[in-house]
Amino acid sequence: MEVKGEIYRVAGPVVTVAGIKPKMYDVVHVGHEGLMGEVIKIEGDKATVQVYEDTSGIKPGEPVVKTGMPLSVELGPGLQESIDDGIQRPLQTLQEKMGNFIERGVSADGLNREKKWDFKPTVIKGDVVEGGSVLGLVQETYNIEHKIMVPPNVSGTVDEIKSGEFNVEEIICTLSDGTQISMMQKWPVRGPRPVAKKLMPTAPLVTGQRILDGMFPVAKGGTAAIPGPFGSGKTVTQQQLAKWSDTDIVVYIGCGERGNEMADVLNEFPELEDPKSGRPLMERTVLIANTSNMPVAAREASVYTGITIAEYYRDMGYDVSLMADSTSRWAEAMREISSRLEEMPGEEGYPAYLSARLSEFYERAGVVTSLCGENGSITVIGAVSPPGGDFSEPVTQNTLRIVKVFWALDAKLAQKRHFPSINWLSSYSLYNQALSGWFAENVGSDWDELRGAAMDKLQQESELQEIVQLVGSDALPEDQQLTLEICRMIREYFLQQNAFHPVDTYCPFEKQYKMLKAITKYGDMANEALESGAAIEKIVTLESKDELAKVKFEEDFDTALESVMTKMSDEFAQLGGK
Amino acid sequence: MTKEYKTIVDVAGPLIFIEKTEPVGYGELVHINMPDGTSKRGQVLDTSADMVVVQVFEGTGGLNSEAGVVFSGETIKLSASKDMLGRILSGAGEPLDGGPQIVPDKRVDVNGAAMNPYSRMPPEDFIQTGISTIDGTNTLVRGQKLPIFSGAGLPHNEIALQIARQAKVPGSDEEFAVVFAAMGITNEEAQSFMADFEKTGALERAVVFLNLADDPAVERIITPRMALTAAEYLAYEHDMHVLVILTDITNYCEALRQMGAAREEVPGRRGYPGYMYTDLASLYERAGVIKGLKGSVTQFSILTMPGDDITHPIPDLSGYITEGQIVVSRELHRKGIYPPINVLPSLSRLMNSGIGEGKTREDHKAVSDQMYAGYAEGRDLRGLVAIVGKESLSGRDRHILEFADLFEDRFVRQGKDENRTIEDTLRISWEILSDLPESQLTRIDNKYIDKYHPAHQQKAE
Ligand SMILES: Nc1ncnc2c1ncn2[C@@H]1O[C@H](COP(=O)(O)OP(=O)(O)OP(=O)(O)O)[C@@H](O)[C@H]1O
Ligand SMILES: [Mg+2]
Repeated sequence: MEVKGEIYRVAGPVVTVAGIKPKMYDVVHVGHEGLMGEVIKIEGDKATVQVYEDTSGIKPGEPVVKTGMPLSVELGPGLQESIDDGIQRPLQTLQEKMGNFIERGVSADGLNREKKWDFKPTVIKGDVVEGGSVLGLVQETYNIEHKIMVPPNVSGTVDEIKSGEFNVEEIICTLSDGTQISMMQKWPVRGPRPVAKKLMPTAPLVTGQRILDGMFPVAKGGTAAIPGPFGSGKTVTQQQLAKWSDTDIVVYIGCGERGNEMADVLNEFPELEDPKSGRPLMERTVLIANTSNMPVAAREASVYTGITIAEYYRDMGYDVSLMADSTSRWAEAMREISSRLEEMPGEEGYPAYLSARLSEFYERAGVVTSLCGENGSITVIGAVSPPGGDFSEPVTQNTLRIVKVFWALDAKLAQKRHFPSINWLSSYSLYNQALSGWFAENVGSDWDELRGAAMDKLQQESELQEIVQLVGSDALPEDQQLTLEICRMIREYFLQQNAFHPVDTYCPFEKQYKMLKAITKYGDMANEALESGAAIEKIVTLESKDELAKVKFEEDFDTALESVMTKMSDEFAQLGGK
Repeated sequence: MTKEYKTIVDVAGPLIFIEKTEPVGYGELVHINMPDGTSKRGQVLDTSADMVVVQVFEGTGGLNSEAGVVFSGETIKLSASKDMLGRILSGAGEPLDGGPQIVPDKRVDVNGAAMNPYSRMPPEDFIQTGISTIDGTNTLVRGQKLPIFSGAGLPHNEIALQIARQAKVPGSDEEFAVVFAAMGITNEEAQSFMADFEKTGALERAVVFLNLADDPAVERIITPRMALTAAEYLAYEHDMHVLVILTDITNYCEALRQMGAAREEVPGRRGYPGYMYTDLASLYERAGVIKGLKGSVTQFSILTMPGDDITHPIPDLSGYITEGQIVVSRELHRKGIYPPINVLPSLSRLMNSGIGEGKTREDHKAVSDQMYAGYAEGRDLRGLVAIVGKESLSGRDRHILEFADLFEDRFVRQGKDENRTIEDTLRISWEILSDLPESQLTRIDNKYIDKYHPAHQQKAE
């Protein structure tokens, strides 16, 4: 029986209703147009609902219907290659139903109901199954084998299992107690999906971005935050991660950001190849787009929708990475709703539960053994947009308390067009140690050392720069002048990476290793030459040194590096000295 | 629907509180009949069975409980028609030029629905503004929102006008229009805009909305929405390429703050409402190109930064929404350089999709990156030179220092009527870059150096 009540008050996205006696977080439909909303406060016989659509023209007295269900996402085949709004309405369906602008009052199923999927069972009648058990497989995209799992809270003995073409609603399995299972399950977005066990991360997320992989790596299953003022490179970095990371699946949440950026992803991803599989990137991508001008309550929900989808694929044993751009807009959505509720504001007007919400979200990252016994992971990378670029504000600070990797974007670097403008002195990764085994084995036994030395040099540089500011670089002893020059090479040749250059956009680990090694080699030779009396002006103006700057743009870097290094040895030999 | 209520119980700032109404819709347009026979308009901000809160656009001066309130039953709409072109309207869309009321072809809700991201076409058509610091280093493309961040007393209006005069997509002669919305600017400023429009004949292709400094602040909340609705109508119903100039966003934000205070809301940073990001986004995001449609909306708005502070909430939140910004610098202005655009804090995020082979030229990106790097470093060195003197600079650094001067003098500086083609801009770029030793051009591929560097071109000849 539907319970009907009526609207008492409308103030923007917040609507007060009476007469439905809902539970907290129940979904309700408000007004004649049945706008979707979620109960966020209950007071006496009145309940406050945040409405996911525009409420203009809605009047007190209009009807309200309770669904009795919490806000949930639909999970099943067909999630890949989709682009949905914050409450999982496919944007393509919305376009078909109402054109180029998003009008309200249109509902749309998260998963396509018509499409048939070829289901291949992996259990037989009589098998005992429980939450998470795999019932069968569906080839969702070329590379994604979708495991159809028993919903977490269901168990029993298989009474009937089907095989063949089905849509997501058709029953593919019946248990002996009569429970019917289709390929689609619904999961309430605000709580995590259960797992068997949480594990420690041991492998890095390889991103092909030199400053990330090389200096401040994030682990698969880890958490990272990328705070920075506007225009400093949060979105470009997140998109680079979405493009080039060695994960199986990417969930990209455009949370309160620009429409054109989402259009860009939609345009570009089908054309780009996944470096791992050679298939179009879109085939492993789920996009959630709730842009800044779309309803703020749906923006608040978008982050949960995204992470729940990520968990679902993790449960199948996939490595998923999730990018949320920007978590600050999510926090602001909370603040906006909270202030409409006239809640007691905390720091800078954010609700007192800001910190709790942020940690609950990042806690859903991790490496796990799922209920079906597979190991999967979710890496969460959140952009943070601090007002005025000031990292002392509540969202940045609360985030930094939780995440293990901090990529600090720096407006000064961005202004100089040093990209990625990640500040190498203030950024950090707490995974370096946990990952050093992996690096030694897969990159080079001396990798940690090379990287450590480069970081030390950069640290020295910042100290030397202070002196230079007072006396000029010519006043420095020659070996220190050389150090400055080597640091410039580390910054310009290695750390700088152009996301828009066809080759430089992705740098395989082998190339990173060899590039850093070559710079180090130059440093060693240069120091030797200096000691044996060569002139510094000559050392820093070797032709081969300028050529080294351009190796990053070479596809065939091995050949390029080899000829540069041969030339370099020759040039150093000619400098004389020993 | 024409029922008149005489039940105002409270008047506070721009707000009135009315009780004992029939159900009233959120966001509805409200007519207020004043005791003296005049009328005002307003909008419903909060509605419940007990009380309705209305913000009054013309301000609440002269209002008391004797005024009558009529709820229109609909949200605020613009009477849109192609006849808007050439007209001057008030900030609330009423004719100011003595002409007739606009006969609507369509009545459109001014709040506008959000464009479906799936329907968007990524902007990529290069707009040549004829200004090197924009075309060369911060390229504007059709469908972009790229505001000017300026300061009081700086020549942002001249720059905006120069762009409005010169902007074109090379090689196309599609229909275009200008929608100009003044929000709280002085009469004098407005006049100079109008005079320029008139002089260049732009007025025929323009729709002008005027809310001047002495017009009610609350009206400013709907002025930009009127303008953007007009722009969308012309772009998507009449296939026009529309350039929208909103000025001054800062005045708009002040009006928002005033409204928030009147509603006794919990203020956000520096007293501005916590929802200002969302509110500004609902304006700025109304730019773009739609797949399958011919027209486009490009926004080039003006924002004066209070105290020249780019971290002030108004420029800050704007910068987080727009696709870059053109920053006008007091320092360059003092040096007598026009247009005093400082390229370093300026940015066009859509530049990459609008330039390169087949659009501008293959070497464009590399040239721009190289000039940025050089200019940034050169400016840093100026600071150093002030302390340690030129002598203690290395040869490399001395070159860079010179480059920074050349860049300002040759590349940035240009005439108010100087309309440079992109080829001109790139030619100047190479001329000043060739002042640096070639080995310092590390951001440019050798193949471009061979092809475009003046030294090589001479060799080739
Ligand atoms: N790795 C990179 N390579 C080349 N250019 C870059 C890189 N990172 C950033 N940029 C440049 O900086 C601009 C701004 O970057 P981006 O849009 O990612 O900033 P943002 O931090 O997301 O800003 P906002 O907070 O306003 O969204 C880009 O448009 C691009 O021109
Ligand atoms: Mg961004």
